Amino acid sequence: MQRVYLDHNATTPLHPEVKKIIVNSLDVFGNPSSMHSLGREARKLVEEARGKVAHFIGADPEEVFFVGSGTEANNTVLSLVPCSPNKCHCPSARHEIITTAIEHPCILEASKCIRERGAEVKYLGVDKYGKVDSSQLEKFITNKTGLVSVMLANNEIGTIQDIKTLAKIAHKNDALFHTDAVQAVGKMPINVKDLDVDFLTISAHKLYGPKGVGALYVKKGVRFCPLIRGGHQEKGRRAGTENTLGIIAFGKAVELRKIEMTDETKRLLALKQILKQGLQKNIADITFNGHPEDCLPGTLNVSIDGVEGESVLLYLDLEGICVSTGSACASGSLDPSHVLLATGIPVERAHGSIRISLGRETTEKEIIYTIEKMAQVVKRVREISTAY
Amino acid sequence: MDWVYTDIVKDHFMNPRNVLKQGEEFVADGEGMVGNMKCGDQMMFKIKVDKIKNTLVDCRWKTYGCASAIASTSVLSEMVKGMTLDKAYLVSPKDVNKNLGGLPDHKIHCSVLGDKALRAAINDYYRKNGMEHKVQKEEAKVICQCMNVTDHEIEDAVLDGARTYVELQEKTKLGTVCGQCKDEAITLLEQYIAKHFSK
Repeated sequence: MQRVYLDHNATTPLHPEVKKIIVNSLDVFGNPSSMHSLGREARKLVEEARGKVAHFIGADPEEVFFVGSGTEANNTVLSLVPCSPNKCHCPSARHEIITTAIEHPCILEASKCIRERGAEVKYLGVDKYGKVDSSQLEKFITNKTGLVSVMLANNEIGTIQDIKTLAKIAHKNDALFHTDAVQAVGKMPINVKDLDVDFLTISAHKLYGPKGVGALYVKKGVRFCPLIRGGHQEKGRRAGTENTLGIIAFGKAVELRKIEMTDETKRLLALKQILKQGLQKNIADITFNGHPEDCLPGTLNVSIDGVEGESVLLYLDLEGICVSTGSACASGSLDPSHVLLATGIPVERAHGSIRISLGRETTEKEIIYTIEKMAQVVKRVREISTAY
Repeated sequence: MDWVYTDIVKDHFMNPRNVLKQGEEFVADGEGMVGNMKCGDQMMFKIKVDKIKNTLVDCRWKTYGCASAIASTSVLSEMVKGMTLDKAYLVSPKDVNKNLGGLPDHKIHCSVLGDKALRAAINDYYRKNGMEHKVQKEEAKVICQCMNVTDHEIEDAVLDGARTYVELQEKTKLGTVCGQCKDEAITLLEQYIAKHFSK
């Protein structure tokens, strides 16, 4: 059976060149903290990778440190705020965080936890396209706000926020600004100096690198406090022996992104257009979610009236097509996607949503096949539906 | 490659039995509709009854639901054909689940609509045929007076994953004011866990 992978926002396959470097580096076993030759060899490779990641986002190498995942990076940043500044060197005594209703669960769950520890957390809403309103941030922000955290691009609907404007508002009020850029880095040009953010989160497996490695950018001069304590790795900002192999592969992955990203963006936008038009032509009563322009090039989120998302996902899976859904049934909870609900769409449209995310290996042939199969599956599900 | 659920679920999901086809003439003696689209699932069940033998001779269904809802209702529709109405009335989600070869715990709540819709259809038949006395009302009973939480809501919370009194409180807010309902709530909690999840 033909397999069509259209779930690149969940994770990406390894780039063949990344795979090659992993295989070739399997014998690099030295501990980068060791002083002897084997340690120094590993250290050199880790620092080379750091340089590549830093360069890719316009940062200095000493501003980038490696972590175990995007989730860890986000938890690290959120853990800064409720800390007492005289106990460790945390940013400020400001015990208030502002984030958004559409963040990834790792931000939402971490924020819930710090609220229980006494911090005040406010959630910005979004408009029907999933955009944060900067004037709401101006209203929410106070002289108690220590941190504002807004994701750069949304994983479910692809909407891209105006981070520069939001960061400016945070800084005007002496608050720090973090952006979870896990979905954005590798899909669009990112420059931390231009965005003027204090913290930025990256994950390797979203950009054709391996799982289990990410990076956190911390702007020079911003006071910082580690989440994971122990040895002096990563300049004391993240204890634990470095994931050398993962870091080397991560470095290679961003290096390749730098070469491939621009052309790929054009290609994906064209493919998405074919997909969008094809679905519109072949399936009645569908609506697209997310911002029509300020959206990740390969992300398309569609709500299909009268169908429940999990059944569509599983029928497509039987045809070899891998997508995801915002339906409650696929999440293990009773509520559908919090992102789609935050955009104000009716609950049943969230249950009937399918996210299709394209990537570097996606072909036009696959898109045509997907349109054809989706039309068949939707017809089939609608035939047994009480709601269509 | 293993499928996400059992092979029986897969079979029924791929080829659901007794679905009411579009344009199909099916003169029903009883009809029930439960659930709603806002919760993500809705189920319609139609039955044909042999009025002398009081048996369910044929049925059709439709759903707005996930794979587990589709498969469980398909299996149910095969199970109940030929049953007396009294017997069909007593078919539980657990019976359905057994015939499916088991669903993961978090999908059980997707499989409880089929039998509910079936009972609604049987009740509809009873009402239409002067057997009102046989209709068993599934009325909710308030357990927590302070927060107005019913036994049905406790059952829903169990289906949604509550296994301890604290989890039940988190999901329903029950027992968070005077706390007098605690013992009764724990008894019900244990009953519903046994009803849906004991192996």
